[in-house]
Amino acid sequence: MKAFTQLQSLVMPLDRANVDTDAIIPKQFLKSIRRAGFGPYLFDEWRYLDRGEPEMDCSGRPLNMEFVLNQPQYQGAEILLTRENFGCGSSREHAPWALEDHGFRAIIAPSFADIFFNNCFKNGILPIVLDADVVDGLFSEVENGYQLSIDLDSQTVKTPSGKSIHFAVDETRKFRLMNGLDDIALTLQRADNIKAYESERAKRAPWLFAE
Amino acid sequence: MAGKTLYDKLWDDHVVFSEDDGSSLIYIDRQLVHEVTSPQAFEGLRLAGRQLWRTARNLAVADHNVPTTDRDQGIADPVSRLQVETLDSNCEEFGITEFDMADVRQGIVHVVGPEQGATLPGMTVVCGDSHTSTHGASAALAFGIGTSEVEHALATQCLTQKKSKNLLIKVNGAVKDGVTAKDIVLAIIGEIGTAGGTGYAIEFAGEAISDLSMEGRMTVCNMAIEAGARTGLIAVDDKTIDYYRDRPFSPRGEHWLLAVDYWQTLHSDADASFDKVVELEAADIKPQVTWGTSPEMVVAVDQTVPNPADEADAVKQQSMQRALEYMDLQAGEKITDIKVDKVFIGSCTNSRIEDLRQAAVVAKGKQVAGNVKQALVVPGSGLVKEQAEQEGLDQVFIKAGFEWREPGCSMCLAMNADRLEEGERCASTSNRNFEGRQGYGGRTHLVSPAMAAGAAIAGHFVDIAERGTI
Ligand code: SF4
Repeated sequence: MKAFTQLQSLVMPLDRANVDTDAIIPKQFLKSIRRAGFGPYLFDEWRYLDRGEPEMDCSGRPLNMEFVLNQPQYQGAEILLTRENFGCGSSREHAPWALEDHGFRAIIAPSFADIFFNNCFKNGILPIVLDADVVDGLFSEVENGYQLSIDLDSQTVKTPSGKSIHFAVDETRKFRLMNGLDDIALTLQRADNIKAYESERAKRAPWLFAE
Repeated sequence: MAGKTLYDKLWDDHVVFSEDDGSSLIYIDRQLVHEVTSPQAFEGLRLAGRQLWRTARNLAVADHNVPTTDRDQGIADPVSRLQVETLDSNCEEFGITEFDMADVRQGIVHVVGPEQGATLPGMTVVCGDSHTSTHGASAALAFGIGTSEVEHALATQCLTQKKSKNLLIKVNGAVKDGVTAKDIVLAIIGEIGTAGGTGYAIEFAGEAISDLSMEGRMTVCNMAIEAGARTGLIAVDDKTIDYYRDRPFSPRGEHWLLAVDYWQTLHSDADASFDKVVELEAADIKPQVTWGTSPEMVVAVDQTVPNPADEADAVKQQSMQRALEYMDLQAGEKITDIKVDKVFIGSCTNSRIEDLRQAAVVAKGKQVAGNVKQALVVPGSGLVKEQAEQEGLDQVFIKAGFEWREPGCSMCLAMNADRLEEGERCASTSNRNFEGRQGYGGRTHLVSPAMAAGAAIAGHFVDIAERGTI
C-alpha cells in the first residue's frame, strides 16, 4: 500500500450527495478478478455517453463533458470534494480501487458510508470528514486552479488563502496510512493473543471448535 | 452496573485485543465467501505466501454471476465464467468447502448461511458483501467487509474494528394484514433515511418484529445496510432456537444444549441504554413502494409521488429532482397509476420460502398482465426451490405466467443475463433501487413479494392490503 503523508493538489468538486458505489464503479466491472485497472471506468455511467463493459478500451468512447471528471480544469486532481454519505451502497472495494487507480488520494466530504470509509484506508486513500458548512465553504471557493494542501501528520487541510482546517483521524489508521503498513502482518504479530482467545473461547463455546 | 445491549454482549464476547485508540481486534467465527469479492483476496494470500488461519470457518458459494436457466450448459459470459471458475479453483487450492453450481445447496450466500446453520446465533459473521447484515436476524454480529478485509479474515480469523454506537428501532404493536417484513423495513428507512443508521448497530425490536418469522426477520436485517448500518440485530427467542434445530452445520447433542443455554442470553438487558431510540407504530405502516433512486425515497402505495418543491433542504431537493427524471415520474402521480414492464421476485431480501408463499397467494389462479414483459421468480437457494416445488408453488407461478428459475442473485444486480433494458420499469423485491442497479437505464421500485406479485397481475402497483383491487 502506498504511504500517505502530504498532498498538495487540484481539487475536483463533485456536488452530489449520496454518491453510491454503483455510481463510482458500475457492477459490470466487478467481474474482473484483478485489482488494478479500474481507473478508466470510474464513474462510468456519468462520465461516458455510451455503456461501458469490462475490458473495454475507453480511449475512443464518447465523453459526457457536463460531468466534472471530464472538464479540462480538473484534470490531474488528486483531491475529490463531495457531499454527504459518499460511498454508500455495496461493500465493493472496487470503488476505492477505481478512485485510487484514477489518481485520487484524498476525499473530503461531510460524511462517508462506513464500509467505504474503511476500505479507503486499506488502499492508501485518505477520507477526510469536515463539517457540512466547511465543505460548503470549500465548494464556494473552488475555481480554476484551486488547490488544497493536506498534511496527515498535523491533520490539517490548508486552503489557498492560508486558512488551516483541522480534521480528525484514528491514531491506528493514521499510523498505518502514514507508513503504508500491511494490516495482516500487523495482526499476525498478535498471533499469541488470537490463540489464547481461541482456547479460552473453546471452553465457553465448544460447539464452534468441534471441527 | 448498567445492563448491556445485545450488540455490547456480542462485541465483548469477541474482543481478542483492544488498542489504545478504541479500536479492537475482533475474532471472526464465520466467513462466507462468494466469487465477486474474493479473487483479489486469494491472490493476496498467494503473493504473500500466507495460509488460512482456520479453513473450516469459511464456506463458499457462487451466487452473483450464476445463470438462472440452463445450468447444465455452464456460464455463457466468459468474464462471469472466469470469476466463478476462479472461486472453484481457489476453494480447491485452500481447502474451503464450496457449494458449486450443480449442488442443491447452492444459492445466495445470505440465504445459504442460515439455511445450513453455518451462521448461528452469537457468532461473528463476515462476508465481502454489504447484505451480511441479514445474519443478524438470529443475533449474530454480522457485517459486510471489503476485499482487503476478506483477505485479512482468511489469514488471521480476525478483523480490526471500531465499536459502533447502539441504535434501538422499536416497531410497536401488530401490523395490518398484507403488511410484511419488507414494508416494515422500507418504512423504517423512509423514516430515518439511508444514512440514519451510519455509525450504529441497529437492534430491531417491538411486537411487530418479534411477530415475524425468521425469514421475515432476515428481510428486516438484510436492509439495515440500506439505512446505513453495517449491522442489524434481533434478539434470540424460541423461534430462533427452533429454526436452528437440526440444520446441517448446527451443533448436536451436548453441544446443542450448551449452545442453546448461551443463545438464550442473547438479548439486550432490560436496563441497557442505547445511544438513540426510534419508535414506529406498526398500525401506521402500509404496503410500501419506492419511487426514486435511493431506498429512502419511499411512500405508502396509496400515496402519490412527492414533489421536490415541498422539500426544504436544497441538496435533498436536487436529488429528488434527479431521481424523478431518472425514474421518468411526475410529482403528484398516483403510485397505483405506475405501470411496470418487468417483475422480479428474488434476492437475499425476499427469496426465502415464506416470501415465495406470500407471492403465490396473490398469483394463484390469476394471469400476469399483458403489459408485463417478464415476471421472474428466483428462489434464494436450491433447497428453497425444492421446498417450493414440494408445495406446488412453482406450478402456481408458472400457470400464472411467471418464469420459475434456478437460484442466484439474478436481477437484483444483473451481473448474470437477467436484467432490465434501458428505460424498463420493474417491481422488484430486492434491496437497492440505485441508478442502473438492475441494468443500464433500468428503473427499480422496491416492494414486498406480495406487492410484486400484485403488480405483475394488475400490470401496475396495487394496494395488496386491500385485496379487492386485484
Ligand atoms: S441478492 Fe442482491 S443484494 Fe443479495 S447478495 Fe446477491 S446481489 Fe447482493
